[in-house]
Amino acid sequence: MAKRPEHSAPPEIFYNEDEAKKYSQNTRIIEIQEEMSERAYELLLLPEDESALVLDIGCGSGLSGSVLEENGHQWIGIDISQAMLDVASDREVEGDLILGDMGQGMCFKAGSFDGAISISAIQWLCNADKSNHVPQKRLYQFFTTLYACLTRNARAVFQFYPENAQQIDMITNQALRSGFYGGIVVDYPNSTKAKKYYLVLMTGGVQQQLPAGLGTEESNTEQISYSKKREMTKNIRGKDVKRSKDWIMHKKERRRQQGNETRLDSKYTGRKRSGRF
Amino acid sequence: MKLLTYNFLTSKCIKKVKVGYPLKLNIMEQKVESTNFNPEFIQRVLPRLDWSAIKIAADSVGCQGFPDEINLETSTNDTELLQKLHHLLLEIEVVTGSLICPETNRIFPITNGIPNMLLNEDEV
Ligand SMILES: C[S@@+](CC[C@H](N)C(=O)[O-])C[C@H]1O[C@@H](n2cnc3c(N)ncnc32)[C@H](O)[C@@H]1O
Repeated sequence: MAKRPEHSAPPEIFYNEDEAKKYSQNTRIIEIQEEMSERAYELLLLPEDESALVLDIGCGSGLSGSVLEENGHQWIGIDISQAMLDVASDREVEGDLILGDMGQGMCFKAGSFDGAISISAIQWLCNADKSNHVPQKRLYQFFTTLYACLTRNARAVFQFYPENAQQIDMITNQALRSGFYGGIVVDYPNSTKAKKYYLVLMTGGVQQQLPAGLGTEESNTEQISYSKKREMTKNIRGKDVKRSKDWIMHKKERRRQQGNETRLDSKYTGRKRSGRF
Repeated sequence: MKLLTYNFLTSKCIKKVKVGYPLKLNIMEQKVESTNFNPEFIQRVLPRLDWSAIKIAADSVGCQGFPDEINLETSTNDTELLQKLHHLLLEIEVVTGSLICPETNRIFPITNGIPNMLLNEDEV
């Protein structure tokens, strides 16, 4: 099996001029990148017929950005490889380009973007390329700063190439710790070649069911639900708040605010049943 | 670098920097490229724009006629203002120059239209 690019060199070295050229000349690569970008765009659920502002993380030569342009959106792209960005400039993409390392954080003001897209880039963060790199820390710095620079009802969609199940967990866990909701959508799970992973994250609003992966009969999404998230937060905080009186009162209050029918509070609220029924 | 991007960029990823905004803007070379005016897009981002940074950008490139303060309610239907913002934010491109962190004076060079926001490992 071919060596994974992340194992051969850091991204700013691997994506040199020769590699970058492929992203403007190799029709096969271009086709694949565009196809994944279109699918990610679909999962982004941006408002139709409105032009939004989107962040493209690991934008490279701007192939993913072109899909945003075609759909009438403005974009700002960030990438660690000067050579890739040079190709993007030569292609005269409409998006604006920034040289930056996603592991150092997204250096934008709060609430700047309507959404974010990232194609074939985030697996690079799972590697420690410098002696002081700690992948978990860099992922956490990335996701917390990304969360902050998105608007309150935004999505971020990442197509990526996980090396193994632990990497999927590591990435997803750091994203959830940072405040996001969401999960993984797997397209064509039964095909070695066409199988693709998309991490779909949401900043807030109404929790939506993730769509089923393409080429699947039943849903093949690993939706990370509120309960899983609570489990995880529990581990972080170390105690179970679920079903405590406070927790129930909070839930009831929310239901009332949402206009749902809710039982009145009483002195029995949140108490254990005696079991004598 | 478009001035829209300038309005959103900060230097807060540097260790110990609190706000890192607005960045100082130093332009050595700029160019203008006209693009289609899309008022809805400007209306959409208007509430997210920082007006002090708009003024800095307008002063740096010599665009005049931006009010000192912005009234969101009246501005969103002020076509003339929207058009001016369109020009300032999307048509003017900083080709060479630099951005400077207001708290540490760290310089981020802009070359060939691309700001270099990479930090050294001891800065993160
Ligand atoms: C496979 S290319 C994809 C480029 C583009 N998204 C596309 O679909 O054509 C992956 C890109 O991720 C970028 N990348 C890798 N690690 C990065 C990091 N830490 N920060 C920013 N960009 C990174 C690489 O420089 C490269 O341009």
